Amino acid sequence: MDWIDLILIPAIKSLIFILALLGGFAYLTWVERKLIGRFQLRIGPNRAWKFGLGHPIADALKMVFKEETIPSYTDKVLFVLGPALALVPALVMFAVVPVGPDITLFGRTITMGIADINVALLYVLAIGGLGTYGIILGGWASNNKYSLLGALRTSAQMLAYELPMGLLLLAIVLVTGTLSLVQIVNQPMVWYFRIWLLLAFPFFFITTLAETNRSPFDFPETENELVAGFQTEYGSIKFALYYMTEYLHMIVASGVIVSLFFGGYRGPFVDQIPLLGPVYFTGKVLVMIFLFIWVRASLPRVRYDQLMKFCWTFLTPLALIYLAITAVMVVFL
Amino acid sequence: MSIVRETIGGIGQIAQSMGVTLKALFTKPLTVQYPEQPIAVYPRFRARHELRRYDNGLERCIGCCLCEAACPTGAIHVEAAENDPQHPTSPGERYASVYEVNLMRCVFCGDCETACPVEAIVLGHDFELAVYDRDGFLLKKEQLLNPKVPNVVVRAE
Repeated sequence: MDWIDLILIPAIKSLIFILALLGGFAYLTWVERKLIGRFQLRIGPNRAWKFGLGHPIADALKMVFKEETIPSYTDKVLFVLGPALALVPALVMFAVVPVGPDITLFGRTITMGIADINVALLYVLAIGGLGTYGIILGGWASNNKYSLLGALRTSAQMLAYELPMGLLLLAIVLVTGTLSLVQIVNQPMVWYFRIWLLLAFPFFFITTLAETNRSPFDFPETENELVAGFQTEYGSIKFALYYMTEYLHMIVASGVIVSLFFGGYRGPFVDQIPLLGPVYFTGKVLVMIFLFIWVRASLPRVRYDQLMKFCWTFLTPLALIYLAITAVMVVFL
Repeated sequence: MSIVRETIGGIGQIAQSMGVTLKALFTKPLTVQYPEQPIAVYPRFRARHELRRYDNGLERCIGCCLCEAACPTGAIHVEAAENDPQHPTSPGERYASVYEVNLMRCVFCGDCETACPVEAIVLGHDFELAVYDRDGFLLKKEQLLNPKVPNVVVRAE
């Protein structure tokens, strides 16, 4: 272990991942607008460049050059800190997701994925929980009742849905016997366990929708009740950072789901050509993102009490039963 | 067992709604790209005024001012003059030396069309009426005689 292994390679990989994620975010907004448009029998953005591909760039320029306003009577330090605290965990969470098998470059083995830590799932849950601080701080510092309500809803929703999510993750850990995402991806598994885990996917997806504040659980920004929720007072680049956070959460959550349920980067011929790994991974993530957008285009937002009732009286008991059955299966099969 | 029934029913409803959107995804968008693609208007659509001519080039308007009288908002202003017998502007004794339509007043009711005895003034299909100053809303006789898009509609009534 010299300095190249410890510092240089992770730094380069982090840079690549951050650039890919931010570029992915920019074009994810385009994909979402275009898809939502087609879902609603519209065309979607098509003014800037061919197929509207210039819209993300135009949006970014507009956001950067807008006047930055901080309302009076706000907690200015927290107001500025909020978006940063929301964005960084969203980026950092991707560190444990493997995007491809190991490759050998210049005589060194390089893992595709920034870190393979043995508590990756706990790390994902912890960093995901940390991400809510940015939203809560932003909502609190705005000194605005709508912002505060949006932030409160986020925290309540996150707490509630982390429970069934954690229980389902626990079932996966029971089957695979590891918390590391790399090992979960590479774990050979009996076919009936694979099918059994796939049964949990819809429920895990529902909890992910709630954790990433996506429709139909986008309560922090219910525009018909709370103006824009926690981001009501935010403008220019600070608003863009919150926006970025939401989409990054979507990408990262898709990456985690793909690694947990759909074999991550694995696919035909990956063992022969390692560079196919990232291609498969990206494809699977895109399918997941399409599912996110499809759900948003199809389902109306549920009521807040329905959201809580659904979590505590349906998802959590179901996850518990699922966990119990998984435990029995692991012991006896 | 009502919870099982409710769950299955809910899954069915979600699948149904997602099926609707999926079908929409593969349907051609309904959007009309307006400035590039023309919008079809109905045949009896009433928009910007036009003054018609006969086939031999003479103006139909004979300066009778009936349209001015029929106009409920006073948007039309007509001044009649005697025709020069050698070079007549219209087939009648008189013609309109001034014919102005104030589009800021006009309500596009079509009463001028109905009142006109020679079917000289009609409401055409040109609805792109935005101009950059208020003077542009006062249509002069030359503008009325030479519409941007000739589209003469004579209604039956």
